[in-house]
Amino acid sequence: MTEKTAESSRLKTITLKVNHKEYTVDVEPRMLLSDVLRDELRLTGTHVGCEHGVCGACTIMIDGRPVRSCLVFGVQADQANLVTVEGLESEDGELHPLQKGFWEKHGLQCGFCTPGMLMTACHLLEHNPHPSREEIREAISGNLCRCTGYQGIVDAVEYAAKEMRERAE
Amino acid sequence: MSIGASLKRLEDYNLLTGRGQYVGDLRFPDQCEAVIIRSPHAHAIIRSIDVEEARRLDGVLLILTASDLPGDLRPIPMRLSPDPILEKALQYPLAKDRVRYVGDPVALIVAKNRYMAEDAADFIKIEYDVLPPVTDAVQSLEPGAPLLHPDAGTNEMYLIHGKKGDAAERLKTCEHVLKEELYVQRHSGIPMETRGLLALCDEDERLTVYGAAKVVHFNHQLMARLLNKNIEEIRLIETDCGGGFGPRGEFYPEDYLIPFAAMRLKRPVRWIEDRLEHFKATNHSREQKHQVTVGFDGDGRIYALRDEIFFDQGGYIRTHGTTVPSLTQAMFPGPYDFSDIEIVTHLVLTNKTPVGTYRGPGRFEGTFVRERVIDMVAAHLKLDPTVVRERNYIRPEQMPYSNGLSALGQVIEYDSGNYAETLDYARKFMGWEQFAGKQARAREEGRFIGLGFASFVEKSGFGPWEFAEVEMRPDGRVICKTGLTEVGQGITTTLAQICSDQLGIPYEYVSVVHGDTDLVEKGNGSFATRGAVVGGSAAWHAAGLLKEKLLEVAAGQLAVPVDMLALKHGSVVYAEAEQVAMPLDELLQICSDRGITLCEKYTFHIEHMTYPYGCHAAEVELDPGTGALHILNYYIAYDLGKAINPMLVEGQLIGGMAQGLGGAIYEELKYDEIGQLVSGSFMDYLIPTSMEVPEVRAEILENYPSPLNPLGVKGAGEGGTVAVAPAIANAIVNALQEYAIPITSLPLRPEHIRKALKQMKPRTERRSAGPTG
Ligand code: FES
Ligand code: FES
Repeated sequence: MTEKTAESSRLKTITLKVNHKEYTVDVEPRMLLSDVLRDELRLTGTHVGCEHGVCGACTIMIDGRPVRSCLVFGVQADQANLVTVEGLESEDGELHPLQKGFWEKHGLQCGFCTPGMLMTACHLLEHNPHPSREEIREAISGNLCRCTGYQGIVDAVEYAAKEMRERAE
Repeated sequence: MSIGASLKRLEDYNLLTGRGQYVGDLRFPDQCEAVIIRSPHAHAIIRSIDVEEARRLDGVLLILTASDLPGDLRPIPMRLSPDPILEKALQYPLAKDRVRYVGDPVALIVAKNRYMAEDAADFIKIEYDVLPPVTDAVQSLEPGAPLLHPDAGTNEMYLIHGKKGDAAERLKTCEHVLKEELYVQRHSGIPMETRGLLALCDEDERLTVYGAAKVVHFNHQLMARLLNKNIEEIRLIETDCGGGFGPRGEFYPEDYLIPFAAMRLKRPVRWIEDRLEHFKATNHSREQKHQVTVGFDGDGRIYALRDEIFFDQGGYIRTHGTTVPSLTQAMFPGPYDFSDIEIVTHLVLTNKTPVGTYRGPGRFEGTFVRERVIDMVAAHLKLDPTVVRERNYIRPEQMPYSNGLSALGQVIEYDSGNYAETLDYARKFMGWEQFAGKQARAREEGRFIGLGFASFVEKSGFGPWEFAEVEMRPDGRVICKTGLTEVGQGITTTLAQICSDQLGIPYEYVSVVHGDTDLVEKGNGSFATRGAVVGGSAAWHAAGLLKEKLLEVAAGQLAVPVDMLALKHGSVVYAEAEQVAMPLDELLQICSDRGITLCEKYTFHIEHMTYPYGCHAAEVELDPGTGALHILNYYIAYDLGKAINPMLVEGQLIGGMAQGLGGAIYEELKYDEIGQLVSGSFMDYLIPTSMEVPEVRAEILENYPSPLNPLGVKGAGEGGTVAVAPAIANAIVNALQEYAIPITSLPLRPEHIRKALKQMKPRTERRSAGPTG
């Protein structure tokens, strides 16, 4: 058997809807979803900080829920609807209120944890438009940030919550 | 004026939208991936390595062991504070015949992707003869302890001896003498992005290496030297960097191996460290034991200080040489004026991961020890610990003040400051005057609260120089090239603000170029909180030269003396009235017509470091049943002379505090007796989350600008970190006064507090250590 066929016999074809775009890719069943996104789809906004499910940097939305993409195999996400940080801006390029909030309130330094933080915070605000600082802290407690000490992040989420409430009115 | 304004960062847009380019995000055609095989043993002789089976696997492109590297390859040299004595313990990119820590690189595999490379790793057979390891610095000095580098003949690689006056003599005459042993555990920076490199080699043998950080130009030179190439044949490029904090960006074995593999394969080779690997491979830091003796009088005035420090270096000397131990020792006296000092530091090898710097190197450790000792002196005399501090501070009129010790080739000489002032801010903010009452009331409700203080002096602005080149383009846009690097601290925005201030243009017009050895002619990089001070001053001067040039042309054109003119709001203005004399674009057109190049370079030299300082204060509540600690209030007063961007300074202080908190309570790189790292994943190495880090009030003071640079700045990178542990430790002791629990080692884990509480019977009479004490 040639190298190519040995490899291709292991591949599975999957379809992912990411940020409203459909992608069909052939992946090994053991390939992590985070690697599929980053290496196959070239959506490198999703970051990998630990690959053991603790840091939260790889958090994306799968069917409306925040999930650590390093703990999911690509094949498990077949047919699912995914949103990554690249999908946060609106079509016309306007930043999401959370992105604005992080910018205004110095919610990031190195920016490595930021995509995961944004996705987690996004889910919080969808379900709780009036979070207290405590609730924000609890919601992001599964996402590690080594730079900011979280205070700027909490400020940023508060800012975004207010902005989103005002928009909704 | 944009200096001093809390402007939004220029860095953020890309990072917020997923457009950042970290090294792992890059991809080139034919790219393949490397995995490094590391020693599973702490100490062993390598008997044999069999790679044949692995070599035959699908997708495997290259396997290297030490015998495949050039015979004349030298070990990785020291970057800072080098010393020939240490050269016998330097590390080679791959272990030759012996491994000295769990994680020591033994072989490298390159395959079509990481999955395949990891598969192949399982097929490499390595036989080891396991040797007895040593994992404790004090034990490592005992006769009969296993020798790590037999050539060196000893595990004690270096002894640093610092002295002022005669501490031994002075101690004999002191009214009170206190002896204590204190310990700071091993932990490290642990940035969220692990290290990584991507190396490409052209047909004509030119190398391009992405993923450099921190000290790009230094690593450039070193890479060329080790790979036996001309410096022009290598280009190092910094990518976005997911956190620096000291460990990241030094020259590691992989910085040789990955470019070497790319040269052999002539295809792009990527290596991204995984998190488990990071814990074993990237510099650890901090582990030190101190045996301190202080002599003082009944008022708490300390006269004599002796300290013997055991510094755990791990298995090899890495790029920092003696930097950390010599900083610990030289900065140990902190803000206090002690007349007689003697400090001895033993730099000792053990079978653990080698160490380097981590945010506040030496000061985190020394500040913990010293500030605990101050509180112990106070407790011994039943005095208010803040008063003991006050009685020992160096006074503003003693500035510039030298403590008689030296580090990094220079005598410590504090430039300016008023240390008592920051303590006053902290006392006031935390309500120290009223605290004893508050504490007593809390105790009546069964609550144990305590308040602790810790003063510190930081150092920043390490020289000897930094470079900047500022160019104004015909469209009014400015390019500022700097020898600094961006590790998330916001240096891009900081330099843009400095240029904008000089040139009277919006800071958004400034593009900062850094970390590319083809584009930036030279540089020292971002470490030791030198960015704003040394690099910022270089940019200030370069932009200043450019301003002068522009104004001269304008003065000629307008036929007025040059000192009547200034640059403001995108125009040439008459300085007095701020009335527009000529729009900037008109001036640029004139320059362009006359062929005047608008590009200036400046290399800013600085002989002495500058010394920001401050005071941390923590109010805590303890659960005596569980030992759990809750931080009720946290305050930092920090005087840094001048803040270019206060929002960024605050970010540095608060982020730094979170890291200090990790070191104080949670983080530990713990080894068992056979030298296995038992806290080598995020499951057991605990980084503080948003639930542990409290709201921090950071007060930025600009009362004592540095006289050593034109901006008056003192740097903000490390002051948030260094005093967290003693502030919290002192607060715990204050909360549990009647138990007299011995808080002498880090981390301050609840189980330790709980255990100590069980062992200690409360003293019958409650001692008062409040402000009236
Ligand atoms: S990378 Fe997935 S949780 Fe850390
Ligand atoms: S901003 Fe660097 S890890 Fe969060």
